[in-house]
Amino acid sequence: MKQVFVFVRKEFYHVFRDRKTLLLLFGLPVMQIVLFGFALSNEIKKADIAICDYAHDATSQKIVQALNAGTVFQTREVLFSHREIESTLRRSDEKLVIVIPAGFSDDLYHQHKAQIGIIADAEDPNLANALIAYAARIIADVQSRVIPPSSLPMQIIPEIRMIYNPELKGATNFVPGVMALVLLLVCVLMTSVSIVREKETGTMEVLLVSPLHPVLFIVAKAIPYFLLSLLNLTVILVLSVFLLDMPVNGSILLLYAESALLIITALALGLVFSNITSSQQTAMLISLLGMLLPTVIFSGFMFPVENMPVPLQVLSNIFPSKWYYIIVKGIMIKGLGFAELWKETMILTGMAMLFLIISFKSFNIRMA
Amino acid sequence: MSEVVFDRIVKTYQRNSIRALDDVSFSADRGSLFGLIGPDGAGKTSIFRILATLTLPDRGQARVSGWDVVKDYSKIRQVVGYMPGRFSLYPDLSVGENLSFFAALFNTTVQANYDLIKDIYRQIEPFKKRRAGALSGGMKQKLALCCALIHRPSILFLDEPTTGVDAVSRKEFWQTLGNLRKQGITILVSTPYMDEAARCENIALIQNGKILSINTPQKIAGEFPETLFAVRSNNMSGLLRDLRGMSGIGSCYTFGEFHHITFRQGIENPQKWLVGELESKHHHEIEFMQVQPTIEDCFIRLMKKDE
Repeated sequence: MKQVFVFVRKEFYHVFRDRKTLLLLFGLPVMQIVLFGFALSNEIKKADIAICDYAHDATSQKIVQALNAGTVFQTREVLFSHREIESTLRRSDEKLVIVIPAGFSDDLYHQHKAQIGIIADAEDPNLANALIAYAARIIADVQSRVIPPSSLPMQIIPEIRMIYNPELKGATNFVPGVMALVLLLVCVLMTSVSIVREKETGTMEVLLVSPLHPVLFIVAKAIPYFLLSLLNLTVILVLSVFLLDMPVNGSILLLYAESALLIITALALGLVFSNITSSQQTAMLISLLGMLLPTVIFSGFMFPVENMPVPLQVLSNIFPSKWYYIIVKGIMIKGLGFAELWKETMILTGMAMLFLIISFKSFNIRMA
Repeated sequence: MSEVVFDRIVKTYQRNSIRALDDVSFSADRGSLFGLIGPDGAGKTSIFRILATLTLPDRGQARVSGWDVVKDYSKIRQVVGYMPGRFSLYPDLSVGENLSFFAALFNTTVQANYDLIKDIYRQIEPFKKRRAGALSGGMKQKLALCCALIHRPSILFLDEPTTGVDAVSRKEFWQTLGNLRKQGITILVSTPYMDEAARCENIALIQNGKILSINTPQKIAGEFPETLFAVRSNNMSGLLRDLRGMSGIGSCYTFGEFHHITFRQGIENPQKWLVGELESKHHHEIEFMQVQPTIEDCFIRLMKKDE
């Protein structure tokens, strides 16, 4: 046991004496959270719009007021002719132009049908879609207020309701993704690089020619990075809760337990990578490519998996990050418990076991 | 009683294209100091790696302390101390941390075996807090030897421990090895320096993966079959060229400040003949003497014979 303790202590010396490692270990999660939280947010705040109101009646005023009431839109310009629309959008100052034709109220009350134009700058299609959806919702809201419920003929107003994330906060979506990304990256990278470094410096030769059992070696290599990853997880959680108002609706204990499961999976993967590579650069490259891309692409936090071709959807199942992402979203946002998440937990456990077995089997008791 | 046995070992690398060891056999007795002498690339490191159970031989058998290097690798790893050819300690750990780490790795403590390493460790103890990576070459080697010794191994494998070490430290190093031998530790040591060979009990001369000769250093030197002479003049490079051009000269090579030469048979009074020849080729300040063959002389002779 003392062997393992001394070995773990040695690993901590390595980590704390190497500024680059420290920076990677704790700078990465902070950077990711800040980057995704503020810079890469797909949350829309104060989008500039232009209004071209030919009607100038009570209903159109209500719509304009309603559009400006929230935090999403702000009217930057009032246009007096639809001829200005194109030049306005071309200048890219406004993302959206709302055109209300003359006689809007009359049409609505007497013909029970009124038209309103929403013209969007679709340069960024996602943004345009989101803005149109917002605007349509606000208009529908106004419509339901101005038309008395008893009036005939009955009008069917589509009701858009957003649950779990009514303010459409970006954080709820990406924090679980960043957690998966950081834990996987850090664990896989740290373990594989730390073992490969022993090979590079030649210390592996000396370690092999010692009574230290390979299993103890692997355990001793895994413990420090397991502990550091839990610390990392705490940093991410504290940042997301206090900086990004991320909710933790479910059990925090379950969240840590599930994260520990992912960390073990990642450590085992790191061990596998370190067994098949012999230079730190290769280990780093494999870890980065093997973890970063699939996590970003297939976990569902950047691109919805449902929109992918079927073969890619099937492929997404083999990446542990996908299951962890589902679990974390379930716990943090929906407040789900183990009863609802046991299936995903089982899959993740199976992966952890598989990679652990592979890492033990592929461990080379001699020099490659 | 042979503590280390190497029996007809063949080892190839890169899919048999490089033959590192070609049918190598030798054995070292318990408590002896056995030297593997040969230039870079002779196969010394391959021998150590097989004995230290780090690589598998293609053919042949090797035993350490009676254990087979393939089957009983874990038994061997308990009893040997191995110091690889290149510096293999943690550069970011201090001298003291390295030592206590390796002690703990072998389930022992620095205090328990301090007596074994104190002669060497005393010299690096003033730098105990310094990171191992910041030590000088000689001190690194001393620390590496301490780390290989700290668990009181019964057999010590030292792969070129004195390479890159200054002359004074080399001498001290070999004195230490002599002391360790007296404590009953079997030592297998390799070196590219021929002058160090004389300090071993038995030596094996290795070249291109083949053993040229195995014997005591005295016997190997004594087996030199010809009379050896040293010669020099004011123009050493011209001298070497001229000597090689003479039909009466058997072999000729540079050795320190002299050229060592042997004569072909049938030359009467070789000194008079040679000096006459050289003076006719405008050499001055000619010095000529008979010398005792060293191990290096034997090595060069065996190498040439092998080619």
